Amino acid sequence: MANPLEQFTIKTLIPIPLGEVDASLTNSGLFMVLTVAAISLFLTIGMRQRLLVPGRWQSLAEISYEFIACMIRDNVGSEGRKYFPFVFSLFMFILFGNLIGLIPYAFTFTSHIAVTFAMAVVVFLGVTIIAIARHGLHFFSFFLPTGVPKVMAPVLVPIEILSYLSRPISLSIRLFANMMAGHTMMKVFAGFIIPLGILGGWAPLTVDVALTAFEFLVAFLQAYVFTVLTCLYLNDAIHLH
Amino acid sequence: MFQLDGNVEKALMTMSDNSPQENLKDLDKRLNQAREKSSANKQSISSIGKEQTYGYSMAVRIGTEMVAALIVGVGIGYSLDNWLETKPLFLVIFFFLGAGAGTLNVYRAARGLGVAPRYTEPTGGVVSLVKRKEAPDRDASEKKRK
Repeated sequence: MANPLEQFTIKTLIPIPLGEVDASLTNSGLFMVLTVAAISLFLTIGMRQRLLVPGRWQSLAEISYEFIACMIRDNVGSEGRKYFPFVFSLFMFILFGNLIGLIPYAFTFTSHIAVTFAMAVVVFLGVTIIAIARHGLHFFSFFLPTGVPKVMAPVLVPIEILSYLSRPISLSIRLFANMMAGHTMMKVFAGFIIPLGILGGWAPLTVDVALTAFEFLVAFLQAYVFTVLTCLYLNDAIHLH
Repeated sequence: MFQLDGNVEKALMTMSDNSPQENLKDLDKRLNQAREKSSANKQSISSIGKEQTYGYSMAVRIGTEMVAALIVGVGIGYSLDNWLETKPLFLVIFFFLGAGAGTLNVYRAARGLGVAPRYTEPTGGVVSLVKRKEAPDRDASEKKRK
């Protein structure tokens, strides 16, 4: 049986040594480029005709725009509008990365914690900087919720700080673990189909069909959860207490 | 888009029997009934899917919140120990702090308090779990706006 974790290996396609730094184009990098290209094509070709009554592709492009616009309006409010480009890019990048990864023989770059953690750290640092820029030192009152007795502060402040620091970790682990677990599970079940033969092979095949549908749900859901949490963090940063 | 059900078919077939106006009124009534029925069906189906999706995403979220805070706590404790050479002291302290932070994260996620540092509702009231279950998204976004 093939190794179910083999699909996650990083392979160098075009070696580009930049001094000490290894800037080679890997299969992960290639699929990131493909994802960005697919998003650009999807949005530009979809919106090319600019019809009043949209066609299929234009509808899809408009739905994705409205989906994120509504998410920001509901979770952040009108002040969140200027962060729309960032949130929209983030959502489309994760969503297309997840969906392209479902194509057989494709590489899912969101199944690597290096990628998801980098995105989570950008969100975390960005949100913290926005909060400090908007509220100055008042930002640090974030770590002592109102109405807490002073006696409890020595215990609660470290806990609140840890809780704050755990945000990028939980954000990145959730996405990477979901994608990796799903793809591994599919591969494990797929590995049973041929060895069990015509009689027994149907059972893992059925599971795999169901898992494929489930993976589409997870691909969308995880992109959604990542973006919605980004919006919630943004809301915290903008409306402090 | 709605399905022609028995009522509408019957209405179409009996059209020639009665006066046209009466017939139209009758048809209108039946059409409205059919529309109401189909829209009610659609609503319940979409809300079932939403509930299940919400439950799944919640389960995944709560699991990772707990683990992430523990990872941060143990990581900080371990590196402080390595730096100050006080082997088990900070690891133990930060393990418990991390566990506390993880529990707090889970509490906030489960109570629908969002991610802001607070322990109760902004209004001071207690979230009703039953109410939240019915309309999780709307409720959460309402809270955020306050």
